[in-house]
Amino acid sequence: MIITKEKPIEEIYGFLEPFGSVLVVGCDSCTQPPRGLREAETYASLMEMAARVKGKEIKCEAITVVRQCCSEGVKEWIKPDGHEVILSMACGIGVQVLNEVFPEIPAFPAQNTVFVGWEEKREGIMYENCRACGDCLLGETGGICPRTRCAKGMMNGPCGGCIDGKCEIPVQLRNWRGEVVEEIKQDCGWYLIFNRLKAMKRLDLFEKYREPTDYSIWTNPRRI
Amino acid sequence: MEKKAFSELAKKIEAKEFVFTGELEPHRSIDLTEVKEWATTLKEIGKIIAANVTDNPRSDSAISSLVAAYLIQRDTGLECVYQLRVTDRNRLALVSDILGAGALGLKNILALAGDHTRVGTTPKAKPVFDLDSANLIDLIHRMVYEGKDLDGNEIHGPRPEINVGTAGGIMAEPLEMEVFKLKRKAKVGADFIQTQAVFDVNLAVRYLKAVKEVGIPTLIGIFPPRSYAQAEFFGKFVPGVIVPKEFMDDFKKMSEITDKAVRKEKIKEYNVNYFVDFIKEVRKEGAAGCHIMAVGYPDPIAPIIEGVIGK
Ligand code: SF4
Ligand code: SF4
Repeated sequence: MIITKEKPIEEIYGFLEPFGSVLVVGCDSCTQPPRGLREAETYASLMEMAARVKGKEIKCEAITVVRQCCSEGVKEWIKPDGHEVILSMACGIGVQVLNEVFPEIPAFPAQNTVFVGWEEKREGIMYENCRACGDCLLGETGGICPRTRCAKGMMNGPCGGCIDGKCEIPVQLRNWRGEVVEEIKQDCGWYLIFNRLKAMKRLDLFEKYREPTDYSIWTNPRRI
Repeated sequence: MEKKAFSELAKKIEAKEFVFTGELEPHRSIDLTEVKEWATTLKEIGKIIAANVTDNPRSDSAISSLVAAYLIQRDTGLECVYQLRVTDRNRLALVSDILGAGALGLKNILALAGDHTRVGTTPKAKPVFDLDSANLIDLIHRMVYEGKDLDGNEIHGPRPEINVGTAGGIMAEPLEMEVFKLKRKAKVGADFIQTQAVFDVNLAVRYLKAVKEVGIPTLIGIFPPRSYAQAEFFGKFVPGVIVPKEFMDDFKKMSEITDKAVRKEKIKEYNVNYFVDFIKEVRKEGAAGCHIMAVGYPDPIAPIIEGVIGK
Protein backbone atom coordinates (compact mmCIF):
# COMPACT_ATOMS: atom_id res chain seq x y z
CA MET A 1 0.00 0.00 0.00
CA ILE A 2 1.14 3.51 -0.75
CA ILE A 3 0.31 6.46 1.45
CA THR A 4 0.32 9.91 -0.10
CA LYS A 5 -0.38 13.33 1.34
CA GLU A 6 -1.67 16.30 -0.67
CA LYS A 7 0.83 18.95 -1.60
CA PRO A 8 -0.16 22.50 -0.65
CA ILE A 9 -2.63 23.95 -3.18
CA GLU A 10 -0.27 26.88 -3.85
CA GLU A 11 2.54 24.54 -4.84
CA ILE A 12 0.33 22.53 -7.20
CA TYR A 13 -1.16 25.64 -8.74
CA GLY A 14 2.38 26.94 -9.26
CA PHE A 15 3.09 23.94 -11.50
CA LEU A 16 -0.05 24.48 -13.58
CA GLU A 17 -0.10 28.25 -13.81
CA PRO A 18 1.72 28.56 -17.16
CA PHE A 19 -0.77 26.23 -18.86
CA GLY A 20 -4.36 26.55 -20.06
CA SER A 21 -5.70 23.04 -20.18
CA VAL A 22 -5.10 20.42 -17.50
CA LEU A 23 -5.83 16.72 -17.39
CA VAL A 24 -6.18 15.61 -13.77
CA VAL A 25 -5.56 11.88 -13.57
CA GLY A 26 -6.65 9.89 -10.55
CA CYS A 27 -5.40 6.44 -9.65
CA ASP A 28 -7.70 3.67 -8.44
CA SER A 29 -4.91 1.45 -7.27
CA CYS A 30 -3.11 1.23 -3.94
CA THR A 31 -2.86 4.90 -2.97
CA GLN A 32 -4.30 5.61 0.46
CA PRO A 33 -6.35 7.63 1.14
CA PRO A 34 -8.04 7.00 -2.24
CA ARG A 35 -6.96 9.26 -5.08
CA GLY A 36 -9.49 8.18 -7.71
CA LEU A 37 -12.05 9.99 -9.82
CA ARG A 38 -13.74 11.81 -6.97
CA GLU A 39 -10.47 13.26 -5.72
CA ALA A 40 -9.39 14.10 -9.26
CA GLU A 41 -12.64 16.02 -9.74
CA THR A 42 -12.14 17.85 -6.47
CA TYR A 43 -8.66 18.93 -7.53
CA ALA A 44 -9.91 19.90 -10.97
CA SER A 45 -12.37 22.38 -9.47
CA LEU A 46 -9.86 23.53 -6.83
CA MET A 47 -7.37 24.37 -9.56
CA GLU A 48 -9.95 26.20 -11.65
CA MET A 49 -10.89 28.17 -8.57
CA ALA A 50 -7.28 28.94 -7.69
CA ALA A 51 -6.85 30.31 -11.22
CA ARG A 52 -9.96 32.43 -10.98
CA VAL A 53 -8.79 33.95 -7.70
CA LYS A 54 -5.67 35.09 -9.58
CA GLY A 55 -7.77 36.48 -12.42
CA LYS A 56 -6.73 33.70 -14.79
CA GLU A 57 -8.45 30.80 -16.41
CA ILE A 58 -7.49 27.16 -16.67
CA LYS A 59 -9.68 24.30 -17.84
CA CYS A 60 -9.40 21.00 -16.02
CA GLU A 61 -10.73 17.62 -17.05
CA ALA A 62 -10.72 14.82 -14.48
CA ILE A 63 -10.33 11.13 -15.27
CA THR A 64 -9.01 8.11 -13.46
CA VAL A 65 -7.21 4.89 -14.32
CA VAL A 66 -6.95 1.47 -12.73
CA ARG A 67 -3.32 2.15 -11.87
CA GLN A 68 -0.69 4.64 -12.96
CA CYS A 69 2.32 2.48 -12.21
CA CYS A 70 2.14 0.46 -15.42
CA SER A 71 3.52 2.04 -18.64
CA GLU A 72 1.66 -0.36 -20.89
CA GLY A 73 -1.69 0.27 -19.22
CA VAL A 74 -1.25 4.03 -19.03
CA LYS A 75 -0.52 4.14 -22.77
CA GLU A 76 -3.82 2.41 -23.41
CA TRP A 77 -6.04 4.07 -20.81
CA ILE A 78 -5.05 7.72 -21.08
CA LYS A 79 -5.53 9.87 -24.18
CA PRO A 80 -4.21 13.25 -23.15
CA ASP A 81 -4.69 14.92 -26.56
CA GLY A 82 -5.83 18.51 -26.27
CA HIS A 83 -4.29 18.98 -22.83
CA GLU A 84 -1.11 20.89 -22.18
CA VAL A 85 -0.30 19.45 -18.82
CA ILE A 86 -1.18 16.51 -16.57
CA LEU A 87 -1.73 16.66 -12.84
CA SER A 88 -1.24 13.24 -11.32
CA MET A 89 -3.08 12.23 -8.18
CA ALA A 90 -0.88 9.14 -7.86
CA CYS A 91 2.36 8.37 -6.07
CA GLY A 92 5.85 9.27 -7.30
CA ILE A 93 5.83 6.26 -9.60
CA GLY A 94 2.63 7.34 -11.37
CA VAL A 95 4.02 10.80 -12.07
CA GLN A 96 7.19 9.35 -13.55
CA VAL A 97 5.31 6.85 -15.68
CA LEU A 98 3.15 9.65 -17.14
CA ASN A 99 6.22 11.74 -17.94
CA GLU A 100 7.85 8.83 -19.68
CA VAL A 101 4.80 7.66 -21.63
CA PHE A 102 3.78 11.18 -22.72
CA PRO A 103 7.08 13.04 -23.03
CA GLU A 104 5.52 15.98 -24.85
CA ILE A 105 3.12 16.72 -21.97
CA PRO A 106 4.67 17.48 -18.59
CA ALA A 107 3.05 15.68 -15.66
CA PHE A 108 3.22 17.15 -12.15
CA PRO A 109 2.63 15.61 -8.73
CA ALA A 110 -0.36 16.61 -6.61
CA GLN A 111 0.93 14.42 -3.78
CA ASN A 112 3.90 13.89 -1.56
CA THR A 113 4.49 10.16 -1.46
CA VAL A 114 5.25 9.41 2.16
CA PHE A 115 5.09 5.71 2.63
CA VAL A 116 5.26 2.53 0.58
CA GLY A 117 3.84 -0.50 2.29
CA TRP A 118 4.35 -4.15 1.64
CA GLU A 119 2.87 -5.74 -1.40
CA GLU A 120 3.12 -9.40 -2.15
CA LYS A 121 2.44 -9.36 -5.87
CA ARG A 122 5.31 -10.74 -7.87
CA GLU A 123 5.48 -9.81 -11.54
CA GLY A 124 8.34 -9.09 -13.92
CA ILE A 125 11.05 -6.53 -13.24
CA MET A 126 10.22 -3.82 -10.79
CA TYR A 127 11.88 -0.43 -10.97
CA GLU A 128 12.15 1.33 -7.67
CA ASN A 129 12.10 4.95 -8.89
CA CYS A 130 10.32 6.30 -5.80
CA ARG A 131 11.30 5.93 -2.17
CA ALA A 132 8.32 7.71 -0.75
CA CYS A 133 10.46 10.52 0.60
CA GLY A 134 7.48 12.60 1.65
CA ASP A 135 8.69 15.74 -0.09
CA CYS A 136 8.12 15.11 -3.78
CA LEU A 137 10.47 16.96 -6.09
CA LEU A 138 9.13 15.65 -9.39
CA GLY A 139 7.51 18.98 -10.22
CA GLU A 140 10.94 20.58 -10.37
CA THR A 141 12.96 17.81 -11.92
CA GLY A 142 11.05 17.12 -15.09
CA GLY A 143 9.15 14.22 -13.55
CA ILE A 144 12.28 12.17 -12.93
CA CYS A 145 13.18 11.40 -9.34
CA PRO A 146 16.74 12.31 -8.34
CA ARG A 147 16.38 10.70 -4.92
CA THR A 148 16.02 7.24 -6.42
CA ARG A 149 17.30 7.43 -9.97
CA CYS A 150 20.61 8.96 -8.92
CA ALA A 151 22.84 6.41 -7.19
CA LYS A 152 24.04 9.11 -4.83
CA GLY A 153 20.66 10.75 -4.33
CA MET A 154 22.23 14.06 -5.32
CA MET A 155 20.12 17.20 -5.11
CA ASN A 156 22.45 19.11 -7.43
CA GLY A 157 23.68 16.52 -9.89
CA PRO A 158 25.09 15.10 -11.97
CA CYS A 159 28.32 14.08 -10.29
CA GLY A 160 31.59 13.47 -12.09
CA GLY A 161 30.65 9.82 -12.54
CA CYS A 162 28.25 10.61 -15.35
CA ILE A 163 30.04 9.50 -18.52
CA ASP A 164 28.19 9.56 -21.83
CA GLY A 165 24.94 9.88 -19.93
CA LYS A 166 25.53 6.69 -17.96
CA CYS A 167 26.02 6.32 -14.21
CA GLU A 168 29.31 5.11 -12.73
CA ILE A 169 27.29 2.57 -10.75
CA PRO A 170 25.58 -0.18 -12.70
CA VAL A 171 22.19 -1.18 -11.39
CA GLN A 172 22.04 -4.66 -9.87
CA LEU A 173 19.15 -6.71 -11.11
CA ARG A 174 18.23 -9.06 -8.28
CA ASN A 175 15.92 -12.01 -8.15
CA TRP A 176 13.40 -12.55 -5.39
CA ARG A 177 15.98 -14.26 -3.23
CA GLY A 178 18.02 -11.05 -3.36
CA GLU A 179 20.81 -12.53 -5.47
CA VAL A 180 22.37 -10.36 -8.16
CA VAL A 181 21.36 -11.81 -11.53
CA GLU A 182 22.93 -9.15 -13.71
CA GLU A 183 24.69 -5.80 -13.50
CA ILE A 184 23.24 -3.38 -16.03
CA LYS A 185 24.61 0.00 -17.08
CA GLN A 186 21.97 2.54 -16.24
CA ASP A 187 21.20 6.06 -17.35
CA CYS A 188 22.42 8.80 -15.06
CA GLY A 189 19.28 10.16 -13.41
CA TRP A 190 20.58 13.72 -13.56
CA TYR A 191 21.45 13.39 -17.23
CA LEU A 192 17.84 12.35 -17.84
CA ILE A 193 16.65 15.30 -15.76
CA PHE A 194 18.85 17.70 -17.73
CA ASN A 195 17.54 16.48 -21.08
CA ARG A 196 13.96 16.45 -19.92
CA LEU A 197 14.11 19.99 -18.51
CA LYS A 198 15.86 21.13 -21.66
CA ALA A 199 13.09 19.68 -23.80
CA MET A 200 10.57 21.41 -21.54
CA LYS A 201 12.52 24.67 -21.90
CA ARG A 202 12.88 24.76 -18.13
CA LEU A 203 16.65 24.77 -17.70
CA ASP A 204 16.09 27.50 -15.11
CA LEU A 205 14.97 24.62 -12.88
CA PHE A 206 18.19 22.76 -13.62
CA GLU A 207 20.29 25.75 -12.67
CA LYS A 208 18.49 26.18 -9.38
CA TYR A 209 20.52 25.28 -6.30
CA ARG A 210 18.71 22.76 -4.09
CA GLU A 211 19.05 22.41 -0.35
CA PRO A 212 19.84 18.94 0.98
CA THR A 213 17.10 16.39 1.55
CA ASP A 214 15.37 16.42 4.92
CA TYR A 215 16.14 12.96 6.22
CA SER A 216 14.32 13.41 9.50
CA ILE A 217 11.24 12.10 7.66
CA TRP A 218 13.08 8.82 7.02
CA THR A 219 13.60 7.72 10.60
CA ASN A 220 12.44 4.13 10.86
CA PRO A 221 10.26 2.43 11.83
CA ARG A 222 7.67 4.78 10.40
CA ARG A 223 4.00 4.79 11.25
CA ILE A 224 1.11 6.44 9.55
CA MET B 1 28.50 36.78 -2.15
CA GLU B 2 31.15 37.51 0.43
CA LYS B 3 34.59 36.17 -0.44
CA LYS B 4 38.02 36.38 1.07
CA ALA B 5 41.32 34.77 0.29
CA PHE B 6 42.53 32.91 3.36
CA SER B 7 44.98 30.42 1.89
CA GLU B 8 48.18 31.14 -0.01
CA LEU B 9 46.59 29.40 -2.95
CA ALA B 10 43.53 31.65 -2.92
CA LYS B 11 45.68 34.75 -2.38
CA LYS B 12 47.84 33.96 -5.40
CA ILE B 13 44.79 33.24 -7.51
CA GLU B 14 43.30 36.52 -6.39
CA ALA B 15 46.52 38.29 -7.33
CA LYS B 16 46.17 36.73 -10.80
CA GLU B 17 49.37 34.77 -10.47
CA PHE B 18 49.40 31.61 -12.55
CA VAL B 19 49.44 28.89 -9.87
CA PHE B 20 50.57 25.28 -9.68
CA THR B 21 49.20 22.68 -7.29
CA GLY B 22 50.28 19.10 -6.76
CA GLU B 23 48.75 15.90 -5.50
CA LEU B 24 49.44 13.75 -2.43
CA GLU B 25 47.87 10.35 -1.99
CA PRO B 26 48.16 8.86 1.49
CA HIS B 27 47.35 5.16 1.71
CA ARG B 28 45.75 2.71 4.06
CA SER B 29 48.56 3.17 6.54
CA ILE B 30 49.59 5.26 9.52
CA ASP B 31 53.02 5.78 7.97
CA LEU B 32 53.16 9.05 6.05
CA THR B 33 56.91 9.00 5.34
CA GLU B 34 56.62 8.50 1.60
CA VAL B 35 53.83 11.04 1.18
CA LYS B 36 55.78 13.60 3.16
CA GLU B 37 58.84 12.95 1.00
CA TRP B 38 56.77 13.70 -2.07
CA ALA B 39 55.39 16.83 -0.41
CA THR B 40 58.94 17.96 0.35
CA THR B 41 59.94 17.34 -3.27
CA LEU B 42 57.01 19.44 -4.45
CA LYS B 43 57.83 22.13 -1.93
CA GLU B 44 61.46 22.23 -3.08
CA ILE B 45 60.43 22.76 -6.67
CA GLY B 46 59.49 26.13 -5.29
CA LYS B 47 56.59 27.19 -7.47
CA ILE B 48 54.04 24.70 -6.25
CA ILE B 49 51.77 26.64 -3.95
CA ALA B 50 49.76 23.82 -2.47
CA ALA B 51 48.98 20.15 -2.82
CA ASN B 52 45.75 18.19 -2.57
CA VAL B 53 45.53 15.42 0.00
CA THR B 54 43.13 12.81 -1.31
CA ASP B 55 40.22 11.44 0.72
CA ASN B 56 39.57 7.73 0.20
CA PRO B 57 40.25 8.06 -3.53
CA ARG B 58 38.14 5.72 -5.70
CA SER B 59 36.52 4.69 -2.41
CA ASP B 60 39.66 2.79 -1.39
CA SER B 61 39.97 3.30 2.33
CA ALA B 62 42.94 5.37 3.45
CA ILE B 63 44.14 7.33 6.47
CA SER B 64 41.93 10.31 7.31
CA SER B 65 42.71 13.07 4.84
CA LEU B 66 42.15 15.62 7.59
CA VAL B 67 44.86 14.13 9.77
CA ALA B 68 47.19 13.52 6.83
CA ALA B 69 46.74 17.05 5.49
CA TYR B 70 47.49 18.50 8.90
CA LEU B 71 50.60 16.40 9.47
CA ILE B 72 51.95 17.00 5.98
CA GLN B 73 51.39 20.73 6.18
CA ARG B 74 52.96 20.88 9.65
CA ASP B 75 56.01 18.77 8.85
CA THR B 76 56.83 19.90 5.33
CA GLY B 77 55.51 23.46 5.25
CA LEU B 78 53.63 22.77 2.02
CA GLU B 79 50.11 24.18 2.10
CA CYS B 80 47.53 21.44 1.77
CA VAL B 81 44.19 21.27 0.04
CA TYR B 82 42.20 18.95 2.24
CA GLN B 83 39.94 16.84 0.04
CA LEU B 84 36.62 16.02 1.64
CA ARG B 85 33.99 13.68 0.22
CA VAL B 86 30.35 13.49 1.13
CA THR B 87 30.35 9.75 0.40
CA ASP B 88 31.38 8.83 3.90
CA ARG B 89 30.07 11.54 6.21
CA ASN B 90 26.75 13.10 7.06
CA ARG B 91 26.30 16.81 7.68
CA LEU B 92 27.03 16.43 11.38
CA ALA B 93 30.37 14.74 10.79
CA LEU B 94 31.18 17.23 8.05
CA VAL B 95 30.66 20.16 10.43
CA SER B 96 32.99 18.45 12.92
CA ASP B 97 35.66 17.93 10.30
CA ILE B 98 35.41 21.45 8.92
CA LEU B 99 35.79 22.83 12.45
CA GLY B 100 38.69 20.45 12.94
CA ALA B 101 40.31 21.68 9.73
CA GLY B 102 39.86 25.26 10.88
CA ALA B 103 41.42 24.51 14.26
CA LEU B 104 44.37 22.75 12.63
CA GLY B 105 45.11 25.68 10.35
CA LEU B 106 44.05 24.06 7.08
CA LYS B 107 42.95 26.78 4.68
CA ASN B 108 41.67 24.90 1.64
CA ILE B 109 39.05 22.24 1.19
CA LEU B 110 38.21 20.55 -2.08
CA ALA B 111 34.54 19.62 -1.74
CA LEU B 112 33.82 16.35 -3.51
CA ALA B 113 30.89 14.02 -4.06
CA GLY B 114 33.35 11.12 -4.20
CA ASP B 115 33.09 7.80 -5.96
CA HIS B 116 30.31 5.53 -4.81
CA THR B 117 31.30 3.09 -2.07
CA ARG B 118 30.39 0.16 -4.30
CA VAL B 119 33.38 0.75 -6.59
CA GLY B 120 36.03 0.61 -3.85
CA THR B 121 37.61 -1.67 -1.28
CA THR B 122 34.54 -1.74 0.94
CA PRO B 123 31.59 -2.29 -1.38
CA LYS B 124 29.22 -3.38 1.39
CA ALA B 125 29.52 -0.04 3.19
CA LYS B 126 26.51 2.20 3.54
CA PRO B 127 27.07 5.16 1.23
CA VAL B 128 26.14 8.33 3.07
CA PHE B 129 25.50 11.12 0.54
CA ASP B 130 23.54 13.08 3.09
CA LEU B 131 24.74 16.18 1.23
CA ASP B 132 26.07 16.51 -2.27
CA SER B 133 29.14 18.45 -3.29
CA ALA B 134 27.22 21.69 -3.87
CA ASN B 135 25.59 21.37 -0.43
CA LEU B 136 29.05 20.85 1.09
CA ILE B 137 30.32 24.04 -0.53
CA ASP B 138 27.25 25.79 0.83
CA LEU B 139 27.93 24.40 4.32
CA ILE B 140 31.57 25.48 4.32
CA HIS B 141 30.70 28.92 3.01
CA ARG B 142 28.06 29.45 5.68
CA MET B 143 30.41 28.28 8.43
CA VAL B 144 33.19 30.56 7.24
CA TYR B 145 31.17 33.69 6.47
CA GLU B 146 28.10 33.44 8.69
CA GLY B 147 29.46 31.33 11.51
CA LYS B 148 26.55 28.91 11.16
CA ASP B 149 25.86 25.40 9.90
CA LEU B 150 23.07 24.48 7.47
CA ASP B 151 20.51 24.38 10.27
CA GLY B 152 21.54 27.79 11.55
CA ASN B 153 23.36 26.49 14.62
CA GLU B 154 26.02 28.97 15.64
CA ILE B 155 29.73 28.28 15.85
CA HIS B 156 31.19 29.52 19.14
CA GLY B 157 34.20 31.79 18.92
CA PRO B 158 36.27 32.36 15.80
CA ARG B 159 35.13 30.89 12.50
CA PRO B 160 37.20 28.58 10.37
CA GLU B 161 39.09 30.41 7.61
CA ILE B 162 38.84 28.19 4.60
CA ASN B 163 38.67 28.55 0.84
CA VAL B 164 36.71 25.94 -0.99
CA GLY B 165 37.31 24.33 -4.34
CA THR B 166 35.28 22.08 -6.54
CA ALA B 167 36.08 19.44 -9.14
CA GLY B 168 35.64 20.28 -12.80
CA GLY B 169 34.53 17.70 -15.33
CA ILE B 170 36.43 18.44 -18.50
CA MET B 171 34.67 15.63 -20.31
CA ALA B 172 31.16 16.42 -19.10
CA GLU B 173 28.77 15.90 -21.96
CA PRO B 174 27.08 18.17 -22.83
CA LEU B 175 29.30 20.94 -21.47
CA GLU B 176 26.20 23.09 -21.12
CA MET B 177 25.18 20.82 -18.25
CA GLU B 178 28.56 21.33 -16.56
CA VAL B 179 28.17 25.10 -16.88
CA PHE B 180 24.81 25.02 -15.08
CA LYS B 181 26.31 22.84 -12.38
CA LEU B 182 29.16 25.25 -11.85
CA LYS B 183 26.79 28.19 -11.76
CA ARG B 184 25.05 26.59 -8.80
CA LYS B 185 28.39 26.07 -7.12
CA ALA B 186 29.38 29.66 -7.80
CA LYS B 187 26.13 30.74 -6.19
CA VAL B 188 26.98 28.90 -2.95
CA GLY B 189 30.56 30.15 -2.85
CA ALA B 190 33.08 27.97 -4.70
CA ASP B 191 36.44 29.77 -4.85
CA PHE B 192 38.26 27.66 -7.43
CA ILE B 193 37.89 24.70 -9.77
CA GLN B 194 40.42 21.90 -10.20
CA THR B 195 39.68 19.72 -13.18
CA GLN B 196 40.40 16.06 -13.69
CA ALA B 197 43.48 15.21 -15.77
CA VAL B 198 43.28 16.18 -19.41
CA PHE B 199 45.72 15.34 -22.18
CA ASP B 200 44.16 16.96 -25.19
CA VAL B 201 44.71 20.69 -25.12
CA ASN B 202 41.71 21.26 -27.38
CA LEU B 203 39.45 19.73 -24.77
CA ALA B 204 40.95 21.92 -22.07
CA VAL B 205 40.47 25.02 -24.21
CA ARG B 206 36.90 24.04 -25.06
CA TYR B 207 36.21 23.67 -21.35
CA LEU B 208 37.75 27.01 -20.39
CA LYS B 209 35.76 28.78 -23.07
CA ALA B 210 32.52 27.17 -21.86
CA VAL B 211 32.98 27.85 -18.15
CA LYS B 212 34.32 31.36 -18.56
CA GLU B 213 30.88 32.89 -17.96
CA VAL B 214 30.69 31.19 -14.54
CA GLY B 215 33.65 33.22 -13.35
CA ILE B 216 35.29 30.69 -10.99
CA PRO B 217 39.10 30.57 -11.42
CA THR B 218 39.98 27.25 -13.02
CA LEU B 219 43.05 25.07 -12.57
CA ILE B 220 43.45 22.54 -15.35
CA GLY B 221 44.58 19.07 -14.26
CA ILE B 222 47.56 17.50 -16.02
CA PHE B 223 49.26 14.17 -15.58
CA PRO B 224 52.65 13.74 -17.23
CA PRO B 225 52.98 9.95 -17.47
CA ARG B 226 56.27 8.34 -16.65
CA SER B 227 55.82 5.42 -19.00
CA TYR B 228 53.77 4.07 -21.86
CA ALA B 229 51.98 1.76 -19.44
CA GLN B 230 50.85 4.69 -17.34
CA ALA B 231 49.60 6.66 -20.34
CA GLU B 232 47.79 3.56 -21.55
CA PHE B 233 46.23 3.05 -18.14
CA PHE B 234 44.74 6.53 -18.33
CA GLY B 235 43.44 6.06 -21.84
CA LYS B 236 41.93 2.66 -21.15
CA PHE B 237 40.86 2.49 -17.54
CA VAL B 238 40.17 5.94 -16.20
CA PRO B 239 36.58 6.74 -17.08
CA GLY B 240 36.14 10.02 -18.86
CA VAL B 241 39.81 10.54 -19.76
CA ILE B 242 40.80 10.55 -23.40
CA VAL B 243 44.47 10.31 -24.32
CA PRO B 244 45.07 11.53 -27.89
CA LYS B 245 46.30 8.90 -30.30
CA GLU B 246 49.47 10.78 -31.29
CA PHE B 247 50.39 11.06 -27.63
CA MET B 248 49.96 7.32 -27.17
CA ASP B 249 51.86 6.56 -30.36
CA ASP B 250 54.76 8.73 -29.27
CA PHE B 251 54.87 7.04 -25.89
CA LYS B 252 54.72 3.65 -27.54
CA LYS B 253 57.73 4.55 -29.68
CA MET B 254 59.66 5.80 -26.68
CA SER B 255 58.84 2.66 -24.72
CA GLU B 256 60.77 0.69 -27.35
CA ILE B 257 64.04 2.44 -26.51
CA THR B 258 66.09 -0.27 -24.81
CA ASP B 259 68.54 1.86 -22.85
CA LYS B 260 66.72 2.70 -19.66
CA ALA B 261 68.46 5.99 -18.95
CA VAL B 262 67.96 7.23 -22.52
CA ARG B 263 64.33 6.18 -22.45
CA LYS B 264 63.75 8.00 -19.18
CA GLU B 265 65.38 11.14 -20.50
CA LYS B 266 63.39 11.00 -23.74
CA ILE B 267 60.10 10.61 -21.91
CA LYS B 268 60.96 13.46 -19.61
CA GLU B 269 61.86 15.70 -22.54
CA TYR B 270 58.69 14.76 -24.33
CA ASN B 271 56.57 15.53 -21.27
CA VAL B 272 58.28 18.87 -20.81
CA ASN B 273 57.78 19.95 -24.42
CA TYR B 274 54.24 18.66 -24.56
CA PHE B 275 53.02 20.15 -21.31
CA VAL B 276 54.83 23.47 -21.60
CA ASP B 277 52.97 24.06 -24.87
CA PHE B 278 49.80 22.73 -23.31
CA ILE B 279 49.97 25.00 -20.29
CA LYS B 280 50.92 28.06 -22.33
CA GLU B 281 47.83 27.47 -24.40
CA VAL B 282 45.44 27.07 -21.44
CA ARG B 283 47.01 30.07 -19.77
CA LYS B 284 46.22 32.12 -22.85
CA GLU B 285 42.63 30.94 -22.54
CA GLY B 286 42.41 32.31 -19.02
CA ALA B 287 43.18 29.27 -16.84
CA ALA B 288 44.14 30.32 -13.31
CA GLY B 289 46.70 27.58 -13.01
CA CYS B 290 47.54 23.93 -13.35
CA HIS B 291 46.95 21.04 -11.05
CA ILE B 292 49.77 18.54 -11.57
CA MET B 293 48.46 15.16 -10.59
CA ALA B 294 51.42 12.89 -11.27
CA VAL B 295 52.54 11.40 -7.96
CA GLY B 296 56.14 10.28 -7.46
CA TYR B 297 57.44 11.45 -10.84
CA PRO B 298 59.25 14.70 -10.18
CA ASP B 299 61.61 14.79 -13.21
CA PRO B 300 59.51 16.86 -15.62
CA ILE B 301 57.72 19.05 -13.08
CA ALA B 302 60.36 21.74 -12.44
CA PRO B 303 61.28 22.09 -16.13
CA ILE B 304 57.58 22.28 -17.08
CA ILE B 305 56.96 25.06 -14.59
CA GLU B 306 60.13 26.86 -15.66
CA GLY B 307 59.13 26.53 -19.27
CA VAL B 308 55.87 28.27 -18.51
CA ILE B 309 56.74 30.98 -16.02
CA GLY B 310 60.54 31.12 -16.10
CA LYS B 311 62.92 30.49 -13.21
S1 SF4 C 1 10.89 12.91 -4.90
FE1 SF4 C 1 11.19 10.83 -5.59
S2 SF4 C 1 11.18 9.60 -3.71
FE2 SF4 C 1 10.25 11.56 -3.22
S3 SF4 C 1 8.06 11.18 -3.48
FE3 SF4 C 1 8.85 12.09 -5.40
S4 SF4 C 1 9.30 10.31 -6.68
FE4 SF4 C 1 9.11 9.56 -4.57
S1 SF4 D 1 26.34 9.41 -12.46
FE1 SF4 D 1 24.36 10.44 -12.32
S2 SF4 D 1 22.98 8.93 -11.40
FE2 SF4 D 1 25.04 8.21 -11.09
S3 SF4 D 1 25.57 8.96 -9.06
FE3 SF4 D 1 26.32 10.50 -10.51
S4 SF4 D 1 24.66 11.96 -10.71
FE4 SF4 D 1 23.81 10.17 -9.74
